[in-house]
Amino acid sequence: MSQSSMNGGWETVIGLEVHVQLATESKIFSASSTRTGDEPNRNASLIDLGMPGTLPVVNREAIRHAIRFGLAVGAEIGRRSVFERKNYFYPDLPKGYQTTQLAEPIVGPGVVDIELAPKGNEGGQGEKKSVRIHHAHLEEDAGKSLHEDFHGMTGIDLNRAGTPLIEIVSEPDMSNSEEAVAFARKLHSIVTSLGICDGDMSQGNMRFDVNISVRRPGQPLGIRTETKNLNSFRFMEKAIALEVARQIDVLEDGGEIVQETRLYNADTHTARSMRTKEDANDYRYFPCPDLLPVLVSEEEIAALKDALPELPDVRKARFINDYQLSGYDADLLSGSVATARYFETATAASGDAKLTANWVMGELTARLNAEDLGIEHSPVSAAQLGQLIQRLQDGTLSSKIAKQVFEACWNGEGDPDRIIEAKGLKQMNDSGELEKIVDQVIANNPAQVEDYRGSDDAKRKKKIGFFVGQIMKATQGKANPQQVNQLLQQKLQ
Amino acid sequence: MAIDTRVVARAAHLARLQVDDNESAELCGRLNDILAMVDQLQQADVDGVAPLAHPLEVHQPLREDRVREPDVRDKVLPNAPASEDGCFLVPRVID
Amino acid sequence: MHTKTLTELKAGLQAKDFSARELTEHFLARIEHHDGTLNSFVTVTADQALAQADAADQAIAAGDHRLLTGLPIAHKDIFCTEGVRTSCGSRMLDNFIAPYTATVVEKMADQGAIMLGKTNMDEFAMGSSNETSFYGPVRNPWDTERVPGGSSGGAAASLAARLTPGATGTDTGGSIRQPAALNGVTGLKPTYGRVSRWGMIAFASSLDQAGPLGLSAADCALMLTAMAGHDSKDSTCVDEPVGDYLGGINQDIAGLRIGVPEEFFPENLDGAIADNARDALRELEKQGAKLIKLSLPSVTLSVPAYYVIAPAEASSNLARFDGVRFGYRCDDPVDLEDLYKRSRSEGFGAEVKRRILVGTYALSAGYYDAYYKRAQQVRRLIRDDFARAFKDVDVIIGPTSPETAFKLGAKADDPVNMYMADVFTIAVNLAGLPALSMPSGLINGLPAGVQVIGNYFQEGRILNVAHRYQMATDWHQTIPGGFA
Repeated sequence: MSQSSMNGGWETVIGLEVHVQLATESKIFSASSTRTGDEPNRNASLIDLGMPGTLPVVNREAIRHAIRFGLAVGAEIGRRSVFERKNYFYPDLPKGYQTTQLAEPIVGPGVVDIELAPKGNEGGQGEKKSVRIHHAHLEEDAGKSLHEDFHGMTGIDLNRAGTPLIEIVSEPDMSNSEEAVAFARKLHSIVTSLGICDGDMSQGNMRFDVNISVRRPGQPLGIRTETKNLNSFRFMEKAIALEVARQIDVLEDGGEIVQETRLYNADTHTARSMRTKEDANDYRYFPCPDLLPVLVSEEEIAALKDALPELPDVRKARFINDYQLSGYDADLLSGSVATARYFETATAASGDAKLTANWVMGELTARLNAEDLGIEHSPVSAAQLGQLIQRLQDGTLSSKIAKQVFEACWNGEGDPDRIIEAKGLKQMNDSGELEKIVDQVIANNPAQVEDYRGSDDAKRKKKIGFFVGQIMKATQGKANPQQVNQLLQQKLQ
Repeated sequence: MAIDTRVVARAAHLARLQVDDNESAELCGRLNDILAMVDQLQQADVDGVAPLAHPLEVHQPLREDRVREPDVRDKVLPNAPASEDGCFLVPRVID
Repeated sequence: MHTKTLTELKAGLQAKDFSARELTEHFLARIEHHDGTLNSFVTVTADQALAQADAADQAIAAGDHRLLTGLPIAHKDIFCTEGVRTSCGSRMLDNFIAPYTATVVEKMADQGAIMLGKTNMDEFAMGSSNETSFYGPVRNPWDTERVPGGSSGGAAASLAARLTPGATGTDTGGSIRQPAALNGVTGLKPTYGRVSRWGMIAFASSLDQAGPLGLSAADCALMLTAMAGHDSKDSTCVDEPVGDYLGGINQDIAGLRIGVPEEFFPENLDGAIADNARDALRELEKQGAKLIKLSLPSVTLSVPAYYVIAPAEASSNLARFDGVRFGYRCDDPVDLEDLYKRSRSEGFGAEVKRRILVGTYALSAGYYDAYYKRAQQVRRLIRDDFARAFKDVDVIIGPTSPETAFKLGAKADDPVNMYMADVFTIAVNLAGLPALSMPSGLINGLPAGVQVIGNYFQEGRILNVAHRYQMATDWHQTIPGGFA
């Protein structure tokens, strides 16, 4: 048990239910488009609308995507899985039931390994942990209720109804928000690496429900609550902290936790219970009589396994091995397919993995975050960043100027070489020209020269900065700092 | 297993049916008649018998992942009791 | 014209003895004249029928003869028909204009059939007397004070009264066979999965199956040939080749092994019904069939198993009728709950609500194992009983219904008694087998029927047996008084 999970003598237990929207062309039970952004109900077929007499037919690709996920987490694939009906009334649920899986899901128990951020004294290696997957099942998404623009009524748009989802259910193996977020990130990494989900959380294409309970160490599991539909890692972290604190408060005041579903509001950083009155649902699950058991052959599983793309853990190991990255850096860079691809392309161009890693995780990530952009939409391409780093490497640019060039590149002024050329930002590596400037500065500042020469070594180290500054000013920062230092030390002797 | 009006009320709520107090007792009697008949099932020896959901034990055919359904919005909206801007309208839903 | 079978009418059209338009006009006139009494149609689509008839006449003139070209058919109002109200006998769908067409209707239209209209039925096919229809009961043409059976009561009555020469129906627990028996017509429930369910409003998905009702086994064979076949829109519709139902219909039945289950002749069975069925068996025996006594012990639990499974599936299938996207919505709902509860309570009739409640209860937490799971286990026992029997016999025969048509209202207050009307038909749906009911005589002036059950996909065999019986008898040609 790590220290962070203990909170005034309370232990936190967290399990996740993750809805992953599968990247298929058509819906799980109908051949209508899964495209978003169209006018309401334009992509809702007779089946999605629950028209009388309509029947579902299962999309093969949805089955295959679920199997891919199962294989990626080392799970047993259900050779026979069964769709069931979960019955309840809601306007965005057109048939009055959701077709899902319960007793016989497509993906059985599996495991996901996570690595936490290093705590400084761990030499770049974070704590490792395994989170068990209880199962993952296929189901259909619901439509959307729109509350604006209908003068006090609610409008129902069923374009999303029938979009395929897998719901991944973890065991309650996490004991703090850091682990929960690391697990969530890892799942994101797995499903995007597999290409079974686009991972766009802002569109709700991956949604997290967090089951939280607290207990005294050694006690049985406490009563849990479920905080639903968290669609960012940051909100998840905050929502967990809020709920853990609430539960501890309630228990320390002698109260009891009520099993309930809670809704987190990111704007106000508050959460509330979704059902005020006691209305325990009874979903009356039973096997869907319109669908037959789905059988998966050994051959199909083997073929899918053979064709699996590189998974995050494999990629991470390769990054550590091939690029000599630390475990944590490798984790960050290999986590998303887009980041990994960017990093590898840039490294190929720059020839320096470590420096490229620093730039990707540092300057680039900061800039992307500031503008809320995904790396795949970065204005600075991987090739451009690689070229920039190469110029830094070969001494053409100082790191300070490199940042200027990066900025110009970000603003669409062209490739780094072109920017360097156009703006005359090339570092002054010609020692003859630099020597003249050094001589000039020494000649112009006799008092400072006197002072420098009268100081001991320790003071000289500080005082040399004045001359460096003057030279940099005179060269507009293009001088190579190492060369400047060398020349000054010679000439001020 | 005889049921009372409370159980009927619970089932009615789950099924979103309204059962008035004056019909509840009669309905309860009818349902109990049906359940009494159904209770003959309890005599059956079903130890070790797997439930049969479909008469033909065949498996699910799978469809290729292609978009083939036409846009039917303009055909289906005229059947809607209330609609606006392409959406079906219901009284305000509060989560 | 109206006393002829489809097979005869087809020949007449081809020989140009009459046109499809004349034929269609003739039946439309008969509906106009008689249906005020019978109430067998919910909707008559006269204009469309005549347009289809003209198209059929053009096709015939061009030498394009399909299976059903120019033949009028009445569709049960459970099949969606684009642009035409599809009510399912319910107030809930009184205003529902289907936006698409059921596969069965489409396949028959593709073969040139003309749709006369939509026939009356028990609400959502839940009933055995056609008294639960929102549009009022259908009357039996043999005695208009009596019920036609159900749920395909309008189909069977319109056929018996010769208001249509062919009809479609659906059968979840006997809804084709029992009304066929009570009206003196022939009705076939095919193997589960033989005919597509796409566009057929679901009652109990794992039991529902569409089939034909006709004046003869040969007519049923003709219609089934058009209706049957794989449909990728229905996952439960099987990809089995469609048999040559007409080609094999006249085969000799010498040596046919007929199973006679003791459970279909229980001690308390009406003697006249038992005698009638035994007479039919004797006729087949005369043609060389062998009678083999057998037992289907679990079949005695069919009715209780059915009254768990069917309502359970129905409770879920009927959840989509919520007043949101189509169908009935109550006036001025105050909130969403009110909209749901009043729309459904006002839109559904009493029997539908009872079954929804039974099904909801049977699936609810704590009762699932005792009811639903157990019923599905019993279902397997029933299926296994039949499987064992079909090792030794080719068909199984018994009475279709334990009684002839009863008086309107006689069982209205006693649902369980009403459910027993299907005591001999239900097991077949649970097992998914094909079965046919054919007219086998009159008892006190009312038709009786016997049921011929076959093994899976043996529709051809049971049509053959029925046809051979009909070659030797004329019960199927007997027309109720006043409708000749």
